[in-house]
Amino acid sequence: MTKTVTDVVCPFCGTLCDDLEVVVSDDGKTIVDIYNACVIGAEKFMHAQAKDRVTRPRMQQPDGSYKEVSYDEAVEYTAQMLAKAKKPLMYGWSSTSCEAQSVGHEIAEKVGAIVDNTATVCHGTTLIAVQDVGIPSCTLGEIKNRADRIIFWGCNPAHAHPRHQSRYSIFPRGFFTNKGHKNRKVIVVDPRNTATAKMADYHFQIEQGRDFELLSAFRVAIRGEWLPDTVAGIPKERIYEAADVLKSGRFGIIFFGMGVTQTLSKNHNIDNAIMLTKDLNDYTKFSIMAMRGHYNVTGSGQVLGWQFGFPFCVDLSRGFARYNPGETSSNDLLVRGEVDAVFVLGSDPGAHFPISSVKKISQLPSVCVDPHITPTSEISKLHVPVAFVGVEVGGNCYRMDNVPIDARKVVDPPEGVLTDEEFLTRVNTRVDELMEAK
Amino acid sequence: MSEYIIKNGFVFDPVQGIKGDKADVAVKDGKIVKNVSSGAKVIDASGKTVMAGAVEIHAHIAGPKVNVGRNYRPEDKLFTYKPKSKQSRMAGGFSVPTTFKTGYEYARMGYTTAMEAAMPPLYARHVHEEIRDTPIIDEGAYPVFGNNWFVMEYLKNGEIENAAAYIAWLLNSTKGYAVKVVNPGGTEAWAWGLNCLTINDPVPYFDITPAEIMTGLMQANEYLGLPHSMHVHQNSLGNPGNYTVTLDSLKLAEKIKPNNKFGRETVLHSTHLQFHSYGGDNWGNFESKSKEVMDYVNKQKNITIDTGCVTLDETTTMTADGPFEHHLTELNHLKWANVDVELETAAGVVPYVYSPDIKVCEIQWAIGLEIALLTKDHMRTFITTDHPNAGPFTRYPRIIKWLMSAKARKEMIDSFKHSAKMIDATHLAGMDKELSLYELAQMTRAGPAKSLGLSNIYGGLAPGMDADIAVYNFNPEKEHKPDEIEKAFSASAYVMKAGIPVVIDGEIVSNGNKRTLWVDTKVNENPQVMRDIRDKFLKYYSVTMNNYDVASHFLTNPRVIEVDAVR
Amino acid sequence: MTKIALNLITGRTIQQGVAMEGGKEKDAYTKACGIIELDLSDLKKLGAWRNTNVRVTSQYGSVVVKAIEATQGPHPGLAWIPMGPWANSVTNPNTYSTGMPTFKGVPIEVEIAMDEKILSSVELIQKKCRGEIS
Repeated sequence: MTKTVTDVVCPFCGTLCDDLEVVVSDDGKTIVDIYNACVIGAEKFMHAQAKDRVTRPRMQQPDGSYKEVSYDEAVEYTAQMLAKAKKPLMYGWSSTSCEAQSVGHEIAEKVGAIVDNTATVCHGTTLIAVQDVGIPSCTLGEIKNRADRIIFWGCNPAHAHPRHQSRYSIFPRGFFTNKGHKNRKVIVVDPRNTATAKMADYHFQIEQGRDFELLSAFRVAIRGEWLPDTVAGIPKERIYEAADVLKSGRFGIIFFGMGVTQTLSKNHNIDNAIMLTKDLNDYTKFSIMAMRGHYNVTGSGQVLGWQFGFPFCVDLSRGFARYNPGETSSNDLLVRGEVDAVFVLGSDPGAHFPISSVKKISQLPSVCVDPHITPTSEISKLHVPVAFVGVEVGGNCYRMDNVPIDARKVVDPPEGVLTDEEFLTRVNTRVDELMEAK
Repeated sequence: MSEYIIKNGFVFDPVQGIKGDKADVAVKDGKIVKNVSSGAKVIDASGKTVMAGAVEIHAHIAGPKVNVGRNYRPEDKLFTYKPKSKQSRMAGGFSVPTTFKTGYEYARMGYTTAMEAAMPPLYARHVHEEIRDTPIIDEGAYPVFGNNWFVMEYLKNGEIENAAAYIAWLLNSTKGYAVKVVNPGGTEAWAWGLNCLTINDPVPYFDITPAEIMTGLMQANEYLGLPHSMHVHQNSLGNPGNYTVTLDSLKLAEKIKPNNKFGRETVLHSTHLQFHSYGGDNWGNFESKSKEVMDYVNKQKNITIDTGCVTLDETTTMTADGPFEHHLTELNHLKWANVDVELETAAGVVPYVYSPDIKVCEIQWAIGLEIALLTKDHMRTFITTDHPNAGPFTRYPRIIKWLMSAKARKEMIDSFKHSAKMIDATHLAGMDKELSLYELAQMTRAGPAKSLGLSNIYGGLAPGMDADIAVYNFNPEKEHKPDEIEKAFSASAYVMKAGIPVVIDGEIVSNGNKRTLWVDTKVNENPQVMRDIRDKFLKYYSVTMNNYDVASHFLTNPRVIEVDAVR
Repeated sequence: MTKIALNLITGRTIQQGVAMEGGKEKDAYTKACGIIELDLSDLKKLGAWRNTNVRVTSQYGSVVVKAIEATQGPHPGLAWIPMGPWANSVTNPNTYSTGMPTFKGVPIEVEIAMDEKILSSVELIQKKCRGEIS
């Protein structure tokens, strides 16, 4: 016999689907099946059951191999490392709960650390642009119920946010959009003919890296002013046509991703996209939304915001919070050799940072808290496995539109495995003792 | 718990009618008591003013739009960041302080309870997380109802009982405190880029007017007998000539009678009235209509108001009046953030500089103070800055200085760039009224507590009430320079919260044991409303119904106010 | 040896997501991310068959991956490596004071490397960090 747990929140991406149904064995110990998840979410839940889960901390040996140690030893190593360091980096936070993030921040404040999250390699440039020009936005339900003009600029939700289009942005029948995708016009701007582009009414196969020019051209076109024959490889006739499509809608939305945040113009791209949105509000209702990657990177930005006043790259090393991306950002700090210890929780910089940063992590005292074996864990001095948030422990998470959803616990973690919050709490207590002694 | 006796201070307590007599205040186990034993710790309040802890009735201190303000204004943290101490976390932010700073700064000024002015129900969990991280002060939050699809549909059909059942359900689900209404109807119109600027402008599609929304919500509020009245931010905020919309809105309360078991005698709370008391029809002939508005408020005894005083700072405006914020960014071209919230509301954020060199700002400054000085019933007018909209709450001591010293006001007016034009457009220069400490206690303690239906707990020093006490370095028997008033109220000599000392000589000594206030309303079972709720979650919301409710583990030390509205 | 110059972008794919959740140390992750998607015309220029190992080199590093035909093309001149340690062996680490490395829009050279092995993610990172490979 099995039981079905409903309203399960998927802990993979910023879409934060909360309608998953997980079938568990009668004794509640095993996940048997999962419904409504995309293939990535399903893999996350099913893989949590893998027989080869790491269940105890592992310490790197001089010969590069790893030896099992106890959680007590792991707590001691971590607390010592953080307390001794002059300027430790505490990075990640995007794949864990807000409750855990909060405990991490307490530790960071005590030891004078830098706290940074995965926005630093994802939507950090968006956060910078918002600090320059603001952001007109809305919740995903507003898209479902009202939006009839959808732009995907530099993002590929078919691959990165697989259920986004069916839950919110193209297909759902909402209150004012009861014909679903037939009510909507979709524009995709991408240098490739992506799976998302194949669903679009208009695909602008832009010359890679020229989004700033094309965004400017859109802003010119909606004002009906002069354009050169092509901009970024797109003929002006198509730009004017698109401008008319946008202005003729009742409620429009620009979803954007790494295609504009990570290319050379970085925050300037996003600034321009936000200003385009603001300009469009002179003609009709328009909003813009960042397609956040990790399921709780948004939450990390929120907790950092209300506790310290900044959403990422928060430097606490002088006893009060400072913020200056480029100076206090993880990759810059690592490459310049300005941190002397690295604590990673809830992300994998070993795989997702440029190799020059990863080399620095491998040379420093380092702790990687992660249920998985990852490139980060395999170059850190200590790997601490923990429970999967959203599968084995609950916790609050924030969706890409900043809506908070409380993830559920579905099954117990493997025997003896701590949660992020439990591990951090122990470290916090030990850090108190060490700082007291100092 | 411990016993304390605060001896010999000049006590101002409107609940017991004490107007500055020297008296002792005894505390035992977190409550005010008549007597304590000789073992009680003595706090010497000789030469000092003693009042109950103040009650903030309306401030934007916890929630998604507040955090937008924080995250999108790194510049707001420059120059004023305070490092951590043994008892306190690091604290920063001038116009939008971090949650730690919010708790500490309120406590330092002797405020012990604060109400978050607007909670978007879909984001309630966020509000409660920030409330948890705000030390010392008790807090509650007001969910917004004035642009809610359920409310508009029920009230369009005159279904007060159904509206009441939905309100009860939403308060329970979000752990909210009261019925808040912001720009009724206009914020739903804003989802299409439109607005409702008078009380009779119909809402697109829903075809209900702001007048019908406000009237219906007042009726539902009294049907339920909630502790606080309907709390409204009227339509047309900030526009020259909007005082007529204000009077139209206030008049809707005339036919409604208060019905509740909490001692509340009013049915409508009109918030940040300064922003709604404008005459003229453009920025050139912009003028104060505080007299017209306050004439009405003074006559109409079933209304309470708060002032929304301008502090003349660079600040951050944030409100659920989405269309207003778009209008503001078109005016001052500063960065604009906006969030439309499905089925419920919206919010906008725009920085604003209230400069003493700008005539309109000088007039706004005067209007806020006029409202406070023109009031005849100090139990029905409360002092606020609609933090951070008209200015940061940390400026309350400065507002108090202006209200207690005509000299301080004159100095300000003399320093204005456009004082002659400003004097022409306002009444303040000709007003010599100075608030007394007793009136101050009414407007910041007893009055707000009574309006919230909490007069047996907060806002006074009568035995049985919570031991929330503030002692100020202010001797009412001495002469004071105006700046000494501001100094005394900025850093309290001593503050006690629920019997625990939290501030001594202006410094935080404890994080206290804050509580979360929320209202749990029992109503008759209503299958139709429950079906409507399930239906809308299935079809229109982007979260499931079971994931909407704020679970109890989000509430810090809940203090539940029970309401039995079962017929 | 023929070398072609291309513009590299990196990012998510469904296979990368699934393989990542299954464990980055596993084969499936190498198969999903240790690849470079090339437009048919570029494969022709290179003189390579599909599924040939190639060496990708940028100003910032070098890595061996399997060249496959573009799955979301055509995009002549543009190359795609899914995000991960292979992509990050060659991406531009410069943030230009924004904090954000330049993961998209990196000039690369690609040449056939049939005899070179594609390392697993862990091996790749460990060897690079130890300086055993550059």
